[in-house]
Amino acid sequence: MTMDVALRTVDNQVGLSRKNISMQRFNSRYVWFAFGALTFLAGLWLILAIYRIGHPFYALGGLVLLGASTWVFTSERAYAWRYLYPGVAAVLVFVLFPALYTIGSGFTNYSSTNLLSFQRATSYFLDQKYSASGDEGQLTLSLYPLLVSTDKRDRANERYIVYVENAQGKAWQSEPMVLRGADASTLKLKPAEHAPSGDKAGLKDVIAHQATLKTLALKLPDDADEFRLSGLTKFAKMEPLYKQNADGSLTNAQNHDVLKPDFKTGFYTSLASGEKVAPGFKVNIGFGNFERLFSSHEFRGPLVKIFIWTVVFAFLTVVFCFVVGFTLASILNWEGLKFKAVYRVLLFLPYAVPGFISILIFRGLFNENFGEINLVLNQLFGLKPQWFSDPLLAKIMLLLVNTWLGYPYMMLLCMGLIKSIPSDLYEVSAINGGGVWTNLTQITLPLIMKPIMPLLIASFAFNFNNFVLISLLTGGLPDFTDSIAPAGSTDILVSYTYRVAFQDSGQNFGLAAAISTVIFALVAILSIINLKLTRVNAQEKR
Amino acid sequence: MSMVLDKSHGTKVLLAHAGLIAFLVLTLFPFLMIVSISLRAGNFAAGSLIPEHFSLEHWKLALGMGYMDDSGRWIDPPFPVLRWLWNSIKVAGITAAVVLLLSTTCAYAFARLRFKGRQLGLNALFLMQMFPAVLSLIAIYAIFDQIGSYVPWLGIDSHGSLVLAYAGGIAMHIWTIKGYFDTVPVEIEEAARVDGATHFQAFRYVLLPMAAPILVVVFLLAFIGAIIEYPVASVLLHQEQNLTLAVGSKLYLYTQNYLWGDFAAAAILSGLPITVVFLFAQRFMLSGLTSGGVKG
Repeated sequence: MTMDVALRTVDNQVGLSRKNISMQRFNSRYVWFAFGALTFLAGLWLILAIYRIGHPFYALGGLVLLGASTWVFTSERAYAWRYLYPGVAAVLVFVLFPALYTIGSGFTNYSSTNLLSFQRATSYFLDQKYSASGDEGQLTLSLYPLLVSTDKRDRANERYIVYVENAQGKAWQSEPMVLRGADASTLKLKPAEHAPSGDKAGLKDVIAHQATLKTLALKLPDDADEFRLSGLTKFAKMEPLYKQNADGSLTNAQNHDVLKPDFKTGFYTSLASGEKVAPGFKVNIGFGNFERLFSSHEFRGPLVKIFIWTVVFAFLTVVFCFVVGFTLASILNWEGLKFKAVYRVLLFLPYAVPGFISILIFRGLFNENFGEINLVLNQLFGLKPQWFSDPLLAKIMLLLVNTWLGYPYMMLLCMGLIKSIPSDLYEVSAINGGGVWTNLTQITLPLIMKPIMPLLIASFAFNFNNFVLISLLTGGLPDFTDSIAPAGSTDILVSYTYRVAFQDSGQNFGLAAAISTVIFALVAILSIINLKLTRVNAQEKR
Repeated sequence: MSMVLDKSHGTKVLLAHAGLIAFLVLTLFPFLMIVSISLRAGNFAAGSLIPEHFSLEHWKLALGMGYMDDSGRWIDPPFPVLRWLWNSIKVAGITAAVVLLLSTTCAYAFARLRFKGRQLGLNALFLMQMFPAVLSLIAIYAIFDQIGSYVPWLGIDSHGSLVLAYAGGIAMHIWTIKGYFDTVPVEIEEAARVDGATHFQAFRYVLLPMAAPILVVVFLLAFIGAIIEYPVASVLLHQEQNLTLAVGSKLYLYTQNYLWGDFAAAAILSGLPITVVFLFAQRFMLSGLTSGGVKG
């Protein structure tokens, strides 16, 4: 380390007084070295573990990560990166990677019907079993409880005899056993002359033990095959339903149909009937989602309406918040006013209360039937506005609430900026007979506009994506009556994305990711404008 | 500001006060109402804004105790509010610690060390603030679903996943801390270095103690940020016992199960401490942001 070389020369020059410190450093370096070596070994072990459970690509990624970490923490040239590395890694893994993954998903058919990867879907098919022996070979199950005690709390220890009977009336039974929490096991049965004494357990009890029964493999004394649960009370010999062929297609052992994977639709398709067989798998479909969004009647209509409302909503919010905030800031900056500090805190309160609480408070206050706002309006004017079912009123309500939530921030910003305006400008204006209006339009607003513009754009971008407000207040309702897609008249683009992804019965992740990609592009444009403006301001200040 | 006083001055002051008070009555109406509603018996508007019969039933439910209603029926709390509050505090506390650790070291590098891509990195972080996590929800869900199949305590419906998902949100905090570091004279650290301290020692024993106030503020901001976060938590958490306050509170106001009074008490109980912490932290937030945002 060049640093230490330099320090050592300093040590030599200054003499013995530093010996203590360098001894300490010597010790602590050993501790760090040991710590680093241990971490390195732990990382290596983890990568090996990942490799062994069958993920060579993740293991490779881990190896690259470990290599980069080792380089960063040992090389002198990467010194600055020792400080940056953890934070940058977190940003890359949890911000950048999800963003890229989302954009990537926008080009796939990822959805609840095409949820699995191709390998997982294939292994799902290969795991399917069927009872090859037909109805005659099936065993009918009964459970006979051994009553140990009638105490309800003792149910966990309740023991049963598993008793099965085939179609010919031959029967077998097990030793008494605890079913609840029993592990997957092979159960050897003995021939039974007659059913065990006592009443057999009702269907309800059998259903309650389904989870355990599914893991049981029954073995009869004179039969090599295992019997497994095939129905609620039926055990049968189970065999794999599908066999994989050399070309990747699957043959159904029961009806000899062949399933071929279709990488265009993301489904195995039956050769005989041409039908898709669920579950599907995830495949790349190029611009399919974007085409659906922009050209299909089903999605284009709502998308256009939602986009317009998103822009209007964000723009009006910024305007209203700025007007209210600026007015209040101007009043509060007025020297003749007393109790400014009190007003300031009280006016700031809406911003300090957590958004999810105040938005829900408004949801309750605006409630059409039980809400206090309609109670007051009804008593004063005899009005009961339908805040949540009328599209226009719902939009007005959203703007009202959002202005309430956002004006304190604008107020605070404006107060700071107004304070920084040199007071001699107002003095000159007063000498020349300028009134309040002249001061406002000729001095305050022009001087404030430039520095506040980037903040207004940031606020616009924030409200453009103000998911929390929409989701908690209206949830996008009332829905469009003419749309099949889950879209409402107060939905903004992000809340629409959320509904397509997580609320729609289809759970269309791919389509939602495509909308997200569009929003990414829009926000990117906004933020570049913002960065440019901020830079211009910074340069003018110098 | 120079004031030229004239006869109309007194009237103007009165008008300003009247206007401000009227505005305050309107804006604070929701808060006054929620207090009144939390003390009112029953879950529906009873025809008056000030409760006629005081009742602590909603508060008992919010605090996790049940109560006996008029007909002698025992009412249990509808939701585990205190459990949610604890979940929120736990997740937010760990998140804030992780975020503070990651952003402080990054901010040090950006403020004090010279390296390639420094300006680029700062700009990238600035831009990143504008892309909210809600846009990547699908990926976040898919990623933690995957992770969860190998490491259950980091999968869907775990608090570990939430902390990890929040750990990436350090861009704004790096700017805030860097802005503060820029105001601390570098000469003190240089003096320490001359006296034989390493970079890390100068950072740990000289700069950090001087930056303690901003570290407290960033911790609090990250803490509050995690407590009020809704979208990611709503996707990652499912079971009622696991929810955070931000996700759970919504359950009170379903049309089928409208618990207005119970919500009011729970909202005050959980909202008040967060509000107080935020009021304390915000004084420093704006100065930190603006001073950080102007300098490059």
